[in-house]
Amino acid sequence: MTLAQDNKPRDILTVEGLKAYYQMSYFGVDREVRAVDDITMTVRRNEIYGIAGESSSGKTSFIKVLAAALRPPFRVVAGSVKYDFASGPVDVANATDAQIEAIRWRHLSYIMQGSMSVLNPVRRIGRTFEDFAARPLGLRGKAFEDRVVSHLEKLKLPADVLRAYPHELSGGMRQRVTIGLATVCRPEFIIADEPTTALDVVVQKEVLSLIRDVQQEMGSSVVFVTHDMSVHANMADRVGIIYAGRLVEEGPTRQMFFAPKHPYTAHLVASLPRIGDTTQRPALEGRPPSLASPPSGCRFHPRCPLAIDKCKTDVPPLETVAPDHRTACWRWQDVKPLVAPHAAHGVPA
Amino acid sequence: MTTLLNVDNVSKTFAMGGVLSRKTTAAVQDASFSLAAEKPEIFTIIGESGSGKTTLARMILGLETPTTGSITFRGKPVGGATKAERMAFMSAVQPVFQNPFEAFNPLKQIDRYLESTARTFLGLKDRTAVDAAMDGALQKVGLSLAEVKGRYPHEMSGGQLQRAAIARALIPNPPLLIADEPVSMVDASLRMSIVNLLKALRDDFGVSVIYITHDLATAYYISNRLIIMQRGRIVEMGDARTVLENPEHPYSRLLKASVLSTEDAGDGKLATNPDMVALATRLATAPGGQLVSRPDGRLVRVYEGAA
Repeated sequence: MTLAQDNKPRDILTVEGLKAYYQMSYFGVDREVRAVDDITMTVRRNEIYGIAGESSSGKTSFIKVLAAALRPPFRVVAGSVKYDFASGPVDVANATDAQIEAIRWRHLSYIMQGSMSVLNPVRRIGRTFEDFAARPLGLRGKAFEDRVVSHLEKLKLPADVLRAYPHELSGGMRQRVTIGLATVCRPEFIIADEPTTALDVVVQKEVLSLIRDVQQEMGSSVVFVTHDMSVHANMADRVGIIYAGRLVEEGPTRQMFFAPKHPYTAHLVASLPRIGDTTQRPALEGRPPSLASPPSGCRFHPRCPLAIDKCKTDVPPLETVAPDHRTACWRWQDVKPLVAPHAAHGVPA
Repeated sequence: MTTLLNVDNVSKTFAMGGVLSRKTTAAVQDASFSLAAEKPEIFTIIGESGSGKTTLARMILGLETPTTGSITFRGKPVGGATKAERMAFMSAVQPVFQNPFEAFNPLKQIDRYLESTARTFLGLKDRTAVDAAMDGALQKVGLSLAEVKGRYPHEMSGGQLQRAAIARALIPNPPLLIADEPVSMVDASLRMSIVNLLKALRDDFGVSVIYITHDLATAYYISNRLIIMQRGRIVEMGDARTVLENPEHPYSRLLKASVLSTEDAGDGKLATNPDMVALATRLATAPGGQLVSRPDGRLVRVYEGAA
């Protein structure tokens, strides 16, 4: 880390009171889906922040706002999403198209899910790189190609892939290409949406360690989204859990796994099966709530084993319960880890 | 002791390319195993994509014909020669697929699938008898007909839908279920309910399950025996606990080393030993090799001249 970086504020992203809803009005009937409901959080420089949540929890909507990629009927209703980039601060929730165009790929980048549908199947990889990166980098011809090739080398990809079509590459290589696309401009902030969900175990681990190596080499911040808690355990510095459009718990990775303070987190951690342990794993009953008509009070109360009457009516605030550790639960003091850490240890590998 | 399913030296090759191309791909090479009728078990097939695990499952279901070798179910070839035999086979061996959202037609109510299964395989005509059969199968998976009746796939969560898919498969009371990656598309909080359900089917209802997965942790959690496949070849086979606690074949060891553990959460240990990867990759294309049995009952593929 250089001296110049030390003088910068610690946080690169500050989200305050963010509310973003899908608002539809057809034939005089108004419908509102509160996909992101009052989220306040920060992401630090040079950190991997993991976001966990199941499908329809609003996590993809949330990162659409972070990536400034929202389209009507999805709108920001309140709050701000402030980035502090080297080129100057930007509030993407209230920015003009030109401001967003100026930071996209160069400062703010996105690794997408499903590498097969991200890459254009009838365009060679090299052409896709040109489409993405030639303009933000301001390079062309030989200089551009040299830059791309040297970047691909870091990702352990041969220069030949530039002349290949997506279908000629394996799943792992395609995913490395999409990581290459997202990182070739050396962005300060990378959003990764389930980048390894479709991959096999061996390849998944390779791709994860690659993302981390690139992140550390460039000193970027990464927001890493996946519903797989075992990925978070190995990738993230801090983890935030989203349930029904709200951030319900946030803390350092180790504490989230060994001393969770929200019953939903405790359940997510306990339900992971481990080699060397065959004790019956609990399954959470019920289903994730609909965001169009979320439950009153704490949104987790219909499925929560600890729910009391207060939970049905009053929304718990996200309060700090330990350094760096925030939770939104009225009974956080009663939350016990469902699996003792020592029970996790099986036979050494 | 009678065998329920016997897979005997089965291979499957696919021709690749055009008419003039002679290139072939061996999707499954020389696979053999059998399931006993008396003792219901969860038999797991582990492998990465391209390992041939789905091709093997499709051959057991009679959807593909093996190039060489034979598969018999209760002593008769799978699939059945006549229509009557085929129906009898289909009612005894039922599939559950990976993505419940794709398995159901979004425009069709879920109970209509259950109903047509009940009418076709159980030969039921009477309304109350059909409803009783549907409700019985749904009760086994923790749902009820009242919950499901008249609902479309989008009205249910992934976990409920996958349970409904399993209930449909259970209607003809099959002794064998083939579940191809049944949990990989289901949310984390609901995944264990499906896995626990498969376990309950074995323990409470005596259903054998062939569970196909790439997730070693759930395989360890529920299965009795397993095989590990690499590029169409079985490389290790045996008791699930014995094999996974201490895998012997380099590829099995690599798979186990690649499982992300939560034990050192936050420490960020991600590096895989490159030698392990290199050795496993080399063995994938190493010629021949034979399955050799070990004192603890497992079979491991060993290669002549290779360490």
